[in-house]
Amino acid sequence: MQLTGAQALIKSLEMEGVEVMFGLPGGAILPVYDPILSSSIRHVLVRHEQGAGHMAEGYALATGRPGVAMVTSGPGATNIVTPLSNAYMDSTPLVVISGQVPTAAIGTDAFQECDITGVTMGITKHNWLVKSAEDIPDVVASAFHVATTGRPGPVLVDVPKDVSFAEMEWHWPGNLDLPGYRVPGAPQRADIEAAVALMAAAERPVIYAGGGILKARAAEALRALAERTGFPVVTTLMARGAFPDSHPQCLGMPGMHGNYTAVTAMQRADLLVALGARFDDRVTGRVDAFAPRAKVVHVDIDAAELHKVRRADVAIAGDCKVVIEALVEAAAPAFGELGPATRIDKWWDQLRRWQRDVPLHYERHDGPPIKPQMVVETLRDASPPDTIVASGVGQHQMWASQYWRFDHPYTWINSGGAGTMGFAVPAAIGAKVGHPERTVWAIDGDGCFQMTAQEIVTATAERIPIKVAILNNAYLGMVRQWQEMFYGERYSEVYLSPDLPDYVKWAEAMGAVGLRAESPEEVAPTIEKANAVEDRPVVVDFRTDAFEKVFPMVPAGASNDDIVVHPEHEERAGAERLAWERLAEEQRR
Amino acid sequence: MSANGAPVERHHILTVLVENKAGVLARVAGLFSRRGYNIFSLAVAPTDDDRFSRLTIVVDVESAPLEQVVNQLDKLVNVVTISELAPASAVQRELLLATVAAAPAERSQVIQLVGVFGGEVVDVGADRLTVMLAGPPEKLDGFEGLLATYEVVDLQRTGRVALPRIDVQPPTSRRLRTVGPPAAS
Repeated sequence: MQLTGAQALIKSLEMEGVEVMFGLPGGAILPVYDPILSSSIRHVLVRHEQGAGHMAEGYALATGRPGVAMVTSGPGATNIVTPLSNAYMDSTPLVVISGQVPTAAIGTDAFQECDITGVTMGITKHNWLVKSAEDIPDVVASAFHVATTGRPGPVLVDVPKDVSFAEMEWHWPGNLDLPGYRVPGAPQRADIEAAVALMAAAERPVIYAGGGILKARAAEALRALAERTGFPVVTTLMARGAFPDSHPQCLGMPGMHGNYTAVTAMQRADLLVALGARFDDRVTGRVDAFAPRAKVVHVDIDAAELHKVRRADVAIAGDCKVVIEALVEAAAPAFGELGPATRIDKWWDQLRRWQRDVPLHYERHDGPPIKPQMVVETLRDASPPDTIVASGVGQHQMWASQYWRFDHPYTWINSGGAGTMGFAVPAAIGAKVGHPERTVWAIDGDGCFQMTAQEIVTATAERIPIKVAILNNAYLGMVRQWQEMFYGERYSEVYLSPDLPDYVKWAEAMGAVGLRAESPEEVAPTIEKANAVEDRPVVVDFRTDAFEKVFPMVPAGASNDDIVVHPEHEERAGAERLAWERLAEEQRR
Repeated sequence: MSANGAPVERHHILTVLVENKAGVLARVAGLFSRRGYNIFSLAVAPTDDDRFSRLTIVVDVESAPLEQVVNQLDKLVNVVTISELAPASAVQRELLLATVAAAPAERSQVIQLVGVFGGEVVDVGADRLTVMLAGPPEKLDGFEGLLATYEVVDLQRTGRVALPRIDVQPPTSRRLRTVGPPAAS
């Protein structure tokens, strides 16, 4: 069968089971847009290529399937650089197809030429410049294989226009020609036994669950391990939902804005079982002061993460699901006799005390302005339990992670490693495309919303009824918080205005329903109205307290011991720390 | 001591078999630069199998633990195998070309020096000559030092290439990746 390169490209995507792609056409990719008309693949036409990338990411994070985006050469391709970088940091499987100027024009500074494989070399797992139409099926199959296996990540396939036009004889590759690409196999028995031995001996263990749990679809395995061992579990920002927040062993989120118990449990632990986590600086705080007495079991599918930040006592390169299942099995004899509850009951007493004494906290009050945390709580209680929550980056993201109750995996869609403002709206659209039957709320900030709001137009046009809650505090809130706390309240370039733009009118202009809530008593009824809208996007402008700060907070570069809690709990946290230091001093003597 | 006088222990030799594809060198070099690893020397050439090239990278491990460098390198899709060669259990060679200004009176001295080291004179002009020496890096260091007595117009070294010694099973050399090029080679 003779096909053009363009036809072969679309057919290859179909062979990979692609059901939807997000993109925007242009000169160099034009030939590939023609066969889309007769393809089974749905194409969502975005308003900016960054939107296409984040939509594909949202789709991938919600469904576990690779997200696909297509853009033209030059600015089309550079506009998707941010999503590629974002997906690289968060290990999200993403396949981006970019058009390129004809082969003969490459290197001549042709119109809309950009060396996008060069630009994205450091932010993709791999990329390809296709030189011949014959190569297209093999490159596409390789691209999907690389994006989805091992540690997942974004890939880019750059297709020159003449390659799209050229004729080729259709074939689908049997074996992929990737002699340098391998993923880790089964773990060594000895490593599993060494890990279990450390776990059996631990008195203050913590399971440190990272995003790798979700990538490996290992949430059930994690639960089995937690329940067999009785160990407490912290779920990082990337792992929210990997272990149910409502589970009695869940301590919630650790890190810079983690809750006191999760942060302090890791600091005081004598064993960290790190599963698909990478000791990110936002989790560890100052590395040399992080969990000073903990031995470390580290499981990661990427061997380069082992010993990168923290030397592990037992390091296992492998798929989280496979390794955790092996740990569960191997742990049976050691943990069967005593029963998990009695084994570390002193540790649990301590953890419960912290949970009781220093919980997440904010001051509730009746009049305006609305407390942003209260919006998240009300939204959480008014939404179905399998609701997907997407967020941007900043204060609203931290409040969403802290105050939502994540009981299901793949319900939290956020930009973790890269911290990409403007992620929420397009990512929510992608998630909703993947799960049209589920409620999808974007919890966004006013600063973030303004970066990618134009994609609401896409959502309306394509009938993708997402809901957006803007926690509108009229500021770049997280920057404002840092300026207040660390720059002597010198506020530089952080004020945005609560009503410029008018978010309700803007939403309406984009074909969405626009709503506003200005005082606490309006929050619940407004959410109810928003939840009732099913046929189009909804944007709710919540006028929230500009002076609210995210607590707890570990200042950048500080030790996690120096965690700053809500002023109301300072005394208890201080007393707790003193008691710990006294105990440590006694043990030294 | 190595050519720049740094202690040898800082330097590790990695021989890296890569797919012979466009941009491979940029991928390797880009990885080193963005992760802040230092390359001391780098030699690249095709192997007997035209699908693969071999890079010999001398890594300055003061910048990062060798294990990190290797693990990150290993993630590049086009990197097929990586072997670390301990200097003691590897055969290392490097090539030096130098153009030396030598009036007829001095010429024979230079030629004699080249002869002592087992090098060759590869080009001769009225008042200068170009000489070549191939050998272990330390030998080249010595030759380069003596050559400096004369007026060296131009000097170029290739960076070292290395292979494991055949007769010893080196205890400190580890084969980091066992999957080699497909049987065709």
